[in-house]
Amino acid sequence: MTVTFEPVTGRYMHLELAGRPHRIYLEEAGAGTPLLCLHTAGADGRQYRALMNDARVTARHRVIAFDMPWHGKSSPPAGWHNEEYQLTSAQYTGMILEIITALELDRPIAIGCSIGGRIALHLALEHPQAFRAIIGLQAGAHVDPYYDLNFLHRPDVHGGEVAAAIVSGLVGPDAPDAERWETLWHYMQGGPGVFKGDLYFYKLDGDIRDRVAQIDTRKCPLFLLSGEYDYSCTPEETLAVAASIQGCEVTIMKGLGHFPMSENPAEFLKHLLPVLEKIAAIETTPALKSGSAG
Amino acid sequence: MIETLKARVNEDEALIRRGRFLTTTFLLEVGATAWLISIFEGRVVSVVSGPFVMPSSAFALRAVEEDWQKFCLSRPPPGSNDLMALIKRRVLRAEGNLQVFMANLRYFKEVLAKLRSGGAVA
Repeated sequence: MTVTFEPVTGRYMHLELAGRPHRIYLEEAGAGTPLLCLHTAGADGRQYRALMNDARVTARHRVIAFDMPWHGKSSPPAGWHNEEYQLTSAQYTGMILEIITALELDRPIAIGCSIGGRIALHLALEHPQAFRAIIGLQAGAHVDPYYDLNFLHRPDVHGGEVAAAIVSGLVGPDAPDAERWETLWHYMQGGPGVFKGDLYFYKLDGDIRDRVAQIDTRKCPLFLLSGEYDYSCTPEETLAVAASIQGCEVTIMKGLGHFPMSENPAEFLKHLLPVLEKIAAIETTPALKSGSAG
Repeated sequence: MIETLKARVNEDEALIRRGRFLTTTFLLEVGATAWLISIFEGRVVSVVSGPFVMPSSAFALRAVEEDWQKFCLSRPPPGSNDLMALIKRRVLRAEGNLQVFMANLRYFKEVLAKLRSGGAVA
């Protein structure tokens, strides 16, 4: 029997978030520039498993992914059983900054997908000094609801089954079957009402349309990468955001969908690695930083 | 052909197993042409074409022929590759008791994806 182990370690951290004690699960691999990974709504940090297992990334980056409270192996805070979970921009931003402080990360690169891509825009606008670069995957400024969100959390519809079925078409057509169904499994495992609570941020509270043009990429470089087959955050929406922000770099990834790092890591890394190289070059050659020459 | 759904679905054991708790009838409209599709415990038992007088169904899925044709391509373009994509673009109308549809969403997506291997919809 052959046994192999991934170079990934997981542990639990205890810290206060929004004034309440939390038990948060995080995984990490590699060493070097911290790369803080933010998962999509209703999923967890496993979406970044491929980055943590790719030596081209881990040779120069400490890749860290935490499960948000209520997600994956992170518990909801005590008292959750009588609460309706609703993610807000303020909670989400605070959580990310608290975790950076707790882990003593020095200006990490943030990479976030979907809701993580949306909060990446909030971070770029409000906390650019805390990051050496920000990478938004499937990042749009706003998404209108296009189905009745109540179907995500009611007793006569299985929450995990419907969550996965809703997002299944967001996976691009070229995704290998194993990665496609791994991605959907994470959705099937979500707790009751958690995906819906995340979408409160994505579709209501996190709307940043009226402020996104104020992002200053001279303070923090911003890279946007979106999959061609994403109909939740469409390429057109990402391109519109990029066009409104001076110095923002944008890539539309052919054949990929809404979960690039999880659904098709091999193709995604072809797009991500050059971005990481650019960020490294900006760090070592500050003159390359957008707008700094002018 | 919509009529081929019966054979294509019923030969897929895994799909029938996923639908084993589902017995319903839904209406599928391709432009002005309608079909009533009846399912019994996951098997398609009848596909009947209209026109109908007072058709009775749990819910209806309605889109114009051009949108169904794009959906049925072996590699549909972005925005046409999934029922939810069509709904997002407001070109597919899902109406009626959608609890049945949403509680069995993966099943219905996979049933309609069976239209893909045979070319045109109608």
